[in-house]
Amino acid sequence: MTNVINSLYNMRLLDDLARKETSIHKLHPLVKLITTVVYLSVVVSFGRYEIGSLLPFVFYPMLIIVLAELPATPILKRILLVEPLIIGIGILNPLFDQHTVLFFGMVISRGWVTFLSIFIKCGLTVAASILLIATTGMERLAIALRMIKIPKIFVLQLLLTYRYITVLIEEIYGMTRAYSLRSPGQKGIHIRVWGSFAGQLILRTFDRAQWVYQSMSLRGFTGEYNTGDVPKVKFKDIVYLVAWSLFFIIARIFNIPMLIGLLVTGVIK
Amino acid sequence: MSHHKLEVRNLHFSYPDGYVAVKNISFTIHHGESVGIIGANGAGKSTLLMLLMGVIFPDNGEVLVGDVIVTKKTLPMIRQRLGMVFQNPDDQLFMTTVYDDVAFGPRNYKLSEKDVEGRVAKALELVGIAHLKDRAPFKLSGGEKRSAAIATILAMQPDVLIMDEPTSALDPKSRRRVMSLLKSFEHTKIITSHDLDMMFETCKRIIVIKEGEVAADGTTAEILTNVELLERCGLELPLSFQNCPICGASKK
Repeated sequence: MTNVINSLYNMRLLDDLARKETSIHKLHPLVKLITTVVYLSVVVSFGRYEIGSLLPFVFYPMLIIVLAELPATPILKRILLVEPLIIGIGILNPLFDQHTVLFFGMVISRGWVTFLSIFIKCGLTVAASILLIATTGMERLAIALRMIKIPKIFVLQLLLTYRYITVLIEEIYGMTRAYSLRSPGQKGIHIRVWGSFAGQLILRTFDRAQWVYQSMSLRGFTGEYNTGDVPKVKFKDIVYLVAWSLFFIIARIFNIPMLIGLLVTGVIK
Repeated sequence: MSHHKLEVRNLHFSYPDGYVAVKNISFTIHHGESVGIIGANGAGKSTLLMLLMGVIFPDNGEVLVGDVIVTKKTLPMIRQRLGMVFQNPDDQLFMTTVYDDVAFGPRNYKLSEKDVEGRVAKALELVGIAHLKDRAPFKLSGGEKRSAAIATILAMQPDVLIMDEPTSALDPKSRRRVMSLLKSFEHTKIITSHDLDMMFETCKRIIVIKEGEVAADGTTAEILTNVELLERCGLELPLSFQNCPICGASKK
């Protein structure tokens, strides 16, 4: 049961982090959104066997975590949450792709290389997305999405789904508490009541959602989620976007780790 | 603040399952009045409030705010003038900060961000929680949540404040604070509650509802001391009027 409440607090952690006021948080949401999109596109554009060239891209999430003063552990935990899924997808690669390659002096199946590449790409992309939310917040992100003309209905859907999850978790918490207090010595919820439990949960969340919606419409809500003034894009925002985009593109075109390696070995020779 | 009245004419409402919740209710509430609506559980109080706010529409009869009938078309205007505080503040607070929650209403009415800021500051100041503006609503105590929920409505500067059980689930001190807050408002107030002592202090007029009908409508002093009427309607005298629980001596 504490897990349910923990997940509620965990969910809201990103909201809390988004309220900080560091130089990264103060950047225009649109600029952060575009930078993240550029980053994601560049990272996923790498071929299956290019692991080395991906390494400079670790620099971006690391720098954002430091500059935005975010706690690294909870963010890493969130990234790890997604990784099992990726392991599930990529674990069969070593079986299908059995060509051998030389990897840091070891002879391994090429499937392991592709698996590792998927694993790293997933870590980087998930990290970038989490950092975007943790430094921008859902509401400001919505402003950015509206600025790039994403239809109102999709943005609203995104925002309300995000809010609705917490309503759902609160209801689960209330129900599991009531259940566990009257079922001593039982772990979890007995399979016999799964059906009625799920049914009750959906009815209760519908009910709650309706109350929340009513309270919104009583305060003039007509479908447009107004989140305040849209800030103007400043010079430093553009510098941020251009600098990162240049870095991503350079790192995409040139294999920076290899160049550094060549430089170092050249000097040694 | 406008000097309009709120009028309810022959209101009748039944739920889709056939249950008749409100039967032929009529009353008029004038500007600046503070009216308490009381009744046993299931008497139809909450349904009546929903009808006033236009959340549901009556089968028969009408609700008039000023001279305007509450219909789907007039709702945006009506809702700007009637503000309702829900019984459960959790239903009302859904944004990430108290500030954004209080600003939600004014922003929907397309006020400039400077005006919104002014209204939010004023509303939070009025309910005494200006220091909580950057806090997440779910981290507040029950009393603070209630104050925040009231602030979300005050920021819309309504002419009429409608409150469903404003003092339920509050500790004595928070209850007292909400009560003095209610007393300090000059708005027209409509309050439903089972806390009859609170009603006695904050309302001048009481409407008693029994099985969807108006059982009595009169001054607070007259109604809340009428033992026979209250008992007939599933209620009892306010605690402060009842006999001393230790010696049994009557307070009258």
